[in-house]
Amino acid sequence: MLLKLENLSKSFGGLKAVANLNIEIGQSELVGLIGPNGAGKTTVFNLLTGVYEASEGKMIFAGKDVGGLRPYQVTHRGIARTFQNIRLFGDLSVIDNVKIAFHQHDKYSALSAVLRLPSFFRGEEEMESKALALLEVFHLRGRAAEVAKNLPYGEQRRLEIARAMATEPRLLLLDEPAAGMNPQETRALMELIRWLRDNFQLTILLIEHDMSLVMGVCERIYVLDYGMIIASGTPEQIRIDPKVIEAYLGEEAI
Amino acid sequence: MKVLNRKNLAILLAVLVAYGGIQAAIAARLVPPFYSVNLMLICVYVILATSLNLINGVTGQFSIGHAGFMAIGAYLSAIVSVKLHGPLGAAILAGAIVSAGVGFLVGLPTLRLKGDYLAITTLGVGQIVQVVFFNTNYVGGAAGFTVPRTVNWTWAFWLTVISIVIIHNFTNSTHGRACISVRENEIAAEAMGINSTKYKVMAFSLGSFFGGIAGGLYANYMYLIQPTTFSFLTSFNILVMVVLGGLGSMTGSIVGAVVMTVLSAYLSNFPEWRMVVTALLLIVMMLFRPSGLLGTKEFNLGFLGKKGESRAA
Amino acid sequence: MGHVLREGLQQVVNGLSMGSVYALIALGYTMVYGIVKLINFAHGDVMMIGAYVGWLATSRLHMSFVPALLLAMASCALLGVIIERIAYKPLRNATRVAALITAIGVSLFLEYGNMLVASAQVRSYPPVLPSVSYKVGGVYLQYGAIVIFGTTIILMILLTLTVQYTKIGKAMRAASFDKDAALMMGVNVNSTISATFAIGSALAAAAGVLYGAYYNTIDPLMGIIPGLKAFIAAVLGGIGIIPGAVVGGLVLGLTEAAVSALGASTWRDAVAFLILILVLILKPSGLFGKNVREKV
Repeated sequence: MLLKLENLSKSFGGLKAVANLNIEIGQSELVGLIGPNGAGKTTVFNLLTGVYEASEGKMIFAGKDVGGLRPYQVTHRGIARTFQNIRLFGDLSVIDNVKIAFHQHDKYSALSAVLRLPSFFRGEEEMESKALALLEVFHLRGRAAEVAKNLPYGEQRRLEIARAMATEPRLLLLDEPAAGMNPQETRALMELIRWLRDNFQLTILLIEHDMSLVMGVCERIYVLDYGMIIASGTPEQIRIDPKVIEAYLGEEAI
Repeated sequence: MKVLNRKNLAILLAVLVAYGGIQAAIAARLVPPFYSVNLMLICVYVILATSLNLINGVTGQFSIGHAGFMAIGAYLSAIVSVKLHGPLGAAILAGAIVSAGVGFLVGLPTLRLKGDYLAITTLGVGQIVQVVFFNTNYVGGAAGFTVPRTVNWTWAFWLTVISIVIIHNFTNSTHGRACISVRENEIAAEAMGINSTKYKVMAFSLGSFFGGIAGGLYANYMYLIQPTTFSFLTSFNILVMVVLGGLGSMTGSIVGAVVMTVLSAYLSNFPEWRMVVTALLLIVMMLFRPSGLLGTKEFNLGFLGKKGESRAA
Repeated sequence: MGHVLREGLQQVVNGLSMGSVYALIALGYTMVYGIVKLINFAHGDVMMIGAYVGWLATSRLHMSFVPALLLAMASCALLGVIIERIAYKPLRNATRVAALITAIGVSLFLEYGNMLVASAQVRSYPPVLPSVSYKVGGVYLQYGAIVIFGTTIILMILLTLTVQYTKIGKAMRAASFDKDAALMMGVNVNSTISATFAIGSALAAAAGVLYGAYYNTIDPLMGIIPGLKAFIAAVLGGIGIIPGAVVGGLVLGLTEAAVSALGASTWRDAVAFLILILVLILKPSGLFGKNVREKV
């Protein structure tokens, strides 16, 4: 198991946002987390990445407890994320967005930057070429010098994934990656997600409202409602689960 | 080597000409005291503005107590040079190191605060520093501390150049980008593996260090330092330079510092008018061009080299 | 022992007088912050303008204390509205830093603008309050101290009644809770914010006149330190909370009196700011506040 959440709970002043959550995700799995609005999906991501501290329960990642870590420490352990409401470094160039995510792997010190020692130039060159290579993969190389906030919406979403990949994660958390995309962009995104998993042996957990994406790409799905897991299984099992239909799909069928 | 490209050589040449020209004029006694004092003040304020810009503009942590760190540098360097008879360089360095240390100790707990809360806290720190020196008889208390003049144009000029180069090199590196990412979006920066506390404190300490250098230059030139010299009006003054130049733009801070120092030199007989104009400038600037004269951009130095360097910060 | 006790009570009286001034200014800070989330740096300077209007009314127009107080409050209410309309309203959706810088600009403008108009010279208030003292159990109670404290309590009660029971008060509470929701429920947010600035500025003006009448001297930079102290008081009580501002002001006044009584009056400002820093680090929501989190 790469990730194991045991009885994870989070309450905000009496209100239980997440209750007794048990989730297990294996290496290179592609798992979906779905549920109606306000079910607590993003709270799970915020718990996992250290933005919130869990009220109860354990989070084991790659055999180690990641509870109580600060967000940047979680990232250093190998968990990266994107945000539901895009959080790019809007005023910076596309390539600088990616370079910032490479920072933790960087090899030169502040002192050698100030003195412009050879290690500074080597480090910067390496970072530049790695960043460009990554942008190439995400078809953003031509946009490298552009200011991030000027990109079209779909490309901003892609840049967020590229930036998360620059932290070199083992587990990637995608928070509604297809939000605001048209069907064609969504199809391309599905391709990209599969390709990322296959190419980097990456494990992916994604939150999504777009059922075509979730059903099309995920191997396993957890369904969250009122902070609790009400069902889990393969897309086929989820599709016919009466509890899910009642809580979630039923709502859409009306 | 990339350090010795055409652009940098052109800048080096310009710097040498500026230094040599003024030094020659001073040696030939062509510079009246009014101008030499203001040249010195320009150096002091350029260091103060660029170092405050590192904290406020680059890292986005809004400090309005920079005069407090200038005070620490000034008093500590004066203690070393007057009381301990140390050499000037050691005095200035000691002042800067203590200032950076205080910046570190203050920054660690307070930089968790956001926006205006942090602002008022830094203002408070500046006030506390002032009160401490006011109550310390060892450094003259309210009457002030008399310090012989040992700083000359050479010291002031080269310390300014070194400060600018160090702040520039830091900003334009992966560590500077980490600071900028904290400014842009702290939550995203943390999610990208940036230890935001570390970079906030680093920028704050480095900014305090150079605030201390400026204080050391000031103290060892001005003959007399008093606690009131380092009031929050001085902090506001530095802030105005940074804001008018454009938060985040180092060249903007330099221009802001030069313009404001010259302005106050020529309006020194009308201090109220100077402040009223400054105040109106601040308000109008925020209403119509909140990013300052240059925004976060730097002056384009493209004409000096083959390819202009234009970065986002 | 009796002497020490008397001395202590005397300091309590002094602390409550100064604390009342802080409290009156803090009320404006806290109301404005509650509704527009802006530290109105110019608020202490509005208090200074109020003191000058009161001085003008009493020394030049020979008005008595109460009419002068009311005139100053009315003038500053207008001033507060004008400041908000010109300088802050256009920046309501700008960054907090831009608004903060503007507030600093307005503050400097009032200070040095008034220096141009009224000169930097220190002015003395005419004796508008009788300089009588009452000896109560060995403690001297100046008439002025009673007026300051009494006026503060009356104004605070009036403010609380206004906020609790009037239409504009309800609009203020709604707008400070959620501006957008208030707007959708038909609250005129613009006029509510104007009213908030008007009331806050009037209270600051009252503080200015009381300060001038009690401590006698005024000058164009007199508002800076009390303004900052009042902000500390507002934070101490929990910013946005009206009774918190009053309690914070009185606590701060009493603390400063205690510091003075210990013979360390030159450390007063440092102690006040130390309190601010400690509160912000340990319990940023203040004595009466609740913690809130940023949404991710």
